[in-house]
Amino acid sequence: MERAAIRARGAQLRALFEAEGAQVVETGILQPAEVLLDLYGEDIRARAYVTSDALRGEQMLRPDFTVPVVQMHMAYGAEPARYTYAGEVFRRQEDDADRANEYIQVGYEVFDRENPVDADAEVFTLIRRALGDAPLRAATGDIGVLMAAVDGLQTTDARKAALRRHIWRPRRFRALIDRYAGRAPVPPARAALLSVSDPFDGLPPEIGVRSQAEVAARVAALRADAEAAPLAERDVLLLDAILSVRESLPNAIEHLRDIAVDLPAIDPAVERVAARMRALEKRGVDVERLDFEASYGRTSMEYYDGFVFGFYAENRADLPAVATGGRYDALTRVLGQGAEIPAVGGVIRPGLLLELEGSK
Amino acid sequence: MSVKLGVPSKGRLMEKTFEWFGDRGVTLSRTGSDREYAGAVAGVDNIELVLLSAGEIPRELAAGRIHLGVTGTDLVREKLGQWDQQVEELAELGFGHADLIIAVPGFWADVDTLDDLDAAAAAFRLKHGFRLRIATKYHRLVREFLRDNGVADYQLVDSQGATEGTVKNETAEAVADITSTGDTLRANHLKILSDGLILKSQATLFRSRNAPLDDVDRAALKALCAKLRVD
Repeated sequence: MERAAIRARGAQLRALFEAEGAQVVETGILQPAEVLLDLYGEDIRARAYVTSDALRGEQMLRPDFTVPVVQMHMAYGAEPARYTYAGEVFRRQEDDADRANEYIQVGYEVFDRENPVDADAEVFTLIRRALGDAPLRAATGDIGVLMAAVDGLQTTDARKAALRRHIWRPRRFRALIDRYAGRAPVPPARAALLSVSDPFDGLPPEIGVRSQAEVAARVAALRADAEAAPLAERDVLLLDAILSVRESLPNAIEHLRDIAVDLPAIDPAVERVAARMRALEKRGVDVERLDFEASYGRTSMEYYDGFVFGFYAENRADLPAVATGGRYDALTRVLGQGAEIPAVGGVIRPGLLLELEGSK
Repeated sequence: MSVKLGVPSKGRLMEKTFEWFGDRGVTLSRTGSDREYAGAVAGVDNIELVLLSAGEIPRELAAGRIHLGVTGTDLVREKLGQWDQQVEELAELGFGHADLIIAVPGFWADVDTLDDLDAAAAAFRLKHGFRLRIATKYHRLVREFLRDNGVADYQLVDSQGATEGTVKNETAEAVADITSTGDTLRANHLKILSDGLILKSQATLFRSRNAPLDDVDRAALKALCAKLRVD
């Protein structure tokens, strides 16, 4: 696909968002690496290009617009705000030469405290409208339901914190559940550690920044954890039931309400999904035909913490999502240095959209 | 044209490689002065010896500038994306054994597995305000391994040598490095995580999938492989 054509298509999309009242913003292509590393950790290095100079140190080629747009809004923005942008993002590809390492993204971001579920519906329907009649399937989910479920478990705060931390790493999340439920055996080294009175007896000397006091503190935490009652089988089954919800939005809500009878902690999150459905309906979405998947969005970058969505080419399973988006309230908290604001947004890849439009 | 064989240019790795080929009737030797990196091949025709740093051999194979090369599996996997589409393993040579592992201070009584490392990293970040540092020169392999195992809240810091000393010097909290016996680790008060083995490496003969071959080259390569009893 020709670059100029993709750029022009991107400009059209941005103009559409602008006509809807969004303010056009630009961000630097080079972003300070520190902020991104702090947010995403080492994994971002596998996904973003890092460069450096002697003055500013490490910089990254913009892997997405969301982070710089949030930073800009938190520093100077008036409320409420709607922004749009179009430009290249860069993604390092080490395993698949067929995936683009540079492409144009057009985005629409909403910072609005007034009515978050309606803002969710606004972003979803606007993105959908911008995609026109390309043959696309929509996927939706809500990370908030799973987060609420973790908070509602009958277990220690330390275990809940560990589970929350790994919501976006499904394998590790599962391993933790298995361990807390007593399904996985206690590793021999752990059992040995818990059985001795002086854990440092016979060990080499203390070296490095992590102190003996920190090691002792975690040993104490492990002892406390060993005393904690195992996660009830019932709670594990409820979590599994939530994670396996995958059906039309109205059916999914009914299903989640059934689960909420036994796990009332998810009630507010489920009612948010229901309120969002009404908002979507009001904006003309045929919700009977909209899929909802409770585990959708768990393997993406970990800033989405509520509504999540994606649009996929129906007959092209080989293509990545043509558009994606979601709610990232927690990101504004992390980047806001004390301030925070509910925020939701979505991005379109005009290159993929053109490819689909051309093949019709 | 001739078939180019890249071999490490110095040290035990070179000597052992020469020995391995010699045992199979292919004599490799350095020519000229001790300091000159030129070599000769006897016992087969149309094979040219290229002496290179072991670390550069993966890149030269991928670029197709050499047809065959001897280097460690660790270096090939670290340096080449989709390595198995760029090179083919012809033979493991049975020396240069080294394991790429993750090690932490021996007095960390609470850390024995990756699971522990992840939990310790989370607590460390809360207390110190930065992510637990792991010193290594194998960035790609270590990052992929830790990602696949769901370890978060760490950062890699580059260390091209004396990596085992970084913990004591307080430039890292843990290391990911190659070890053959573990002696250096123990001497530096470090222990290997029980599930911290990232890769078992040894000296291996690789064939480039990207190097052009004419008919003469093809025949020479076939004759060499027959003599080495690899294929």
